[in-house]
Amino acid sequence: MTTLDVPTRGGFTGDIDRPRGGAPAALMRHSLALARRSLIKTVRTPEALIDVTVQPVIFLLLFTYLFGGAIGAGDRGAYLQFLLPGLLAQSLALGGIALGQNLNADIEKGVFDRFRSLPVARSAPLIGAVSADVVRYLTVCVFMLGFGTLMGFRVETGFVPAVAAVALSIGFGLCFCWISVWVGMLVRTPGAVQGVMFLLIFPLSFGSNVFVQTDTLPGWLQAFVHVNPITPLVSTIRGLLVGGPVAHSLTITLAWMAGLLVVFVPLALRAYARRA
Amino acid sequence: MSDLVVRAEGLRKRFGKTQALDGVDLAMRRGTVLGVLGPNGAGKTTAVRVLATLLRPDEGYAEVAGIDVLKQPARVRRRIGLTGQYASVDEDLTGTQNLVLIGQLLDLRTSDAKKRAAELLEWFDLAEAANRMAKTYSGGMRRRLDLAASLVGHPEVIFLDEPTTGLDPAKREDMWGVVRTQVTQGSSVLLTTQYLEEADALADEIVVINHGKVIAHDTPDGLKRRVGGLTLSVRPADPAKVPDTLRVLDAVAAPGTSASAETAAGARPGAVSVPVAGDLALDEAVPALRRAGVEVVDFGLHLPSLDEVFHALTEGTPAPKKEYELV
Repeated sequence: MTTLDVPTRGGFTGDIDRPRGGAPAALMRHSLALARRSLIKTVRTPEALIDVTVQPVIFLLLFTYLFGGAIGAGDRGAYLQFLLPGLLAQSLALGGIALGQNLNADIEKGVFDRFRSLPVARSAPLIGAVSADVVRYLTVCVFMLGFGTLMGFRVETGFVPAVAAVALSIGFGLCFCWISVWVGMLVRTPGAVQGVMFLLIFPLSFGSNVFVQTDTLPGWLQAFVHVNPITPLVSTIRGLLVGGPVAHSLTITLAWMAGLLVVFVPLALRAYARRA
Repeated sequence: MSDLVVRAEGLRKRFGKTQALDGVDLAMRRGTVLGVLGPNGAGKTTAVRVLATLLRPDEGYAEVAGIDVLKQPARVRRRIGLTGQYASVDEDLTGTQNLVLIGQLLDLRTSDAKKRAAELLEWFDLAEAANRMAKTYSGGMRRRLDLAASLVGHPEVIFLDEPTTGLDPAKREDMWGVVRTQVTQGSSVLLTTQYLEEADALADEIVVINHGKVIAHDTPDGLKRRVGGLTLSVRPADPAKVPDTLRVLDAVAAPGTSASAETAAGARPGAVSVPVAGDLALDEAVPALRRAGVEVVDFGLHLPSLDEVFHALTEGTPAPKKEYELV
């Protein structure tokens, strides 16, 4: 090894105890740097995107061609128009699972120990990882709409509502994934994250208006569908893509998104601080 | 500025039923290497995690670089570098990306972070692998990258938790060179290890921890004097010849010591052992045993093993005797 004359404090200027630009700017900078790390990992392991690319498409094919004839009374085209916005919501919820799994693995490997020994806010690694998930939710939207169009799905509203639907989808994904982050901090293995999240998401996505009209369900199940956060999200995306009223369901969806953040961000941060 | 760059008093930490730290006091002088030696599960890693602000102790006081670890962890984090027991580099990132990320998190401007990364990669012989993903690195390269990562911020105090576990001897000596250079550049290094020879090669002072307690704090020479150097061990074929063997071996004993029948833990039954000054004692012992007519079935020259160090150090202390797991 060559011995290089290393300047003792090269690049470090000003007060060593004060983050450059103040604490909020530092949090943003650190979160972005960590988000970039997650994105590099995503690009390097494209197979980790199967759950936001191939998997939603398989659901789309399965429900359109296998069940679509039966559920949609023979009209597969009409059923696809009904199904796709709902499946988009389910795919967003499922798409957040990988985040919890990755964070769980990072902690086990000791990568987070290094971050925690650095002068960054405790929340920066989590905020960074969540921010990078934007790419995954955007991928879900692009694959669903792109493949859906090939199968005959048509946006019946217009460009602006369609963009709004995608934006809302990504926003919902970013709020919902904090549950996965929290679970990732609590359980021991990435596999357990998936198990717990499936247990949560499948009742939510099947016990909703994703696959069938709510009025075909028994009364007690309708009651569940009406309090399920997936339901207003699906109604809103449906309205924005194929037409229909959205104001009411959008309000409820935004309220749910705020509620998810208020509850699960602090839970996740606390669990993270306690872990290891 | 205090002469002590790490100071801990009465650290206690319990995990469930395990008292990982049971009143640990530590002191490290500025510009020196402190070796923390102990078997698996002794509490070494827990102590490092407390000092590196990763873990709050249940009780006790600790300061690093003159700053209270519990009250001002953020200020401590700007002055330390940590390399954990497992190489915690990001496998999907290249060497450069790993180090630039650390630099950015240390509030370096990206251009400065890149400069620093290039500098360290060069210094650690990783320049050629700088743009390869860390998962393609060998074990030794990963360790070096991990160590480089802890040096990005020019830390005043460097914590190395078993930095050479799993490295082959040549790579281990490379790491030792790195540690020595850091000290000449003004850093202080606290390193944990299970290898006596590593502590011996690097440390100015050694702390031995067992069952969450400090059982010795001394210079390497002081520790060796306490434990003893080379030991010659001889087992006569006929147990009745033990007194003769004792007499013969007394003649080759290191100054101030004498031969004794082995009774201590880990002893070879029926054997006689004697501390010797060096392997030249063999030249005297073998003919002398022949002349005394002692027939020998077991004959050996031993360094004090880590096991013996702990046996020697825990003898006479009330610490519970247990089988040490030495891996």
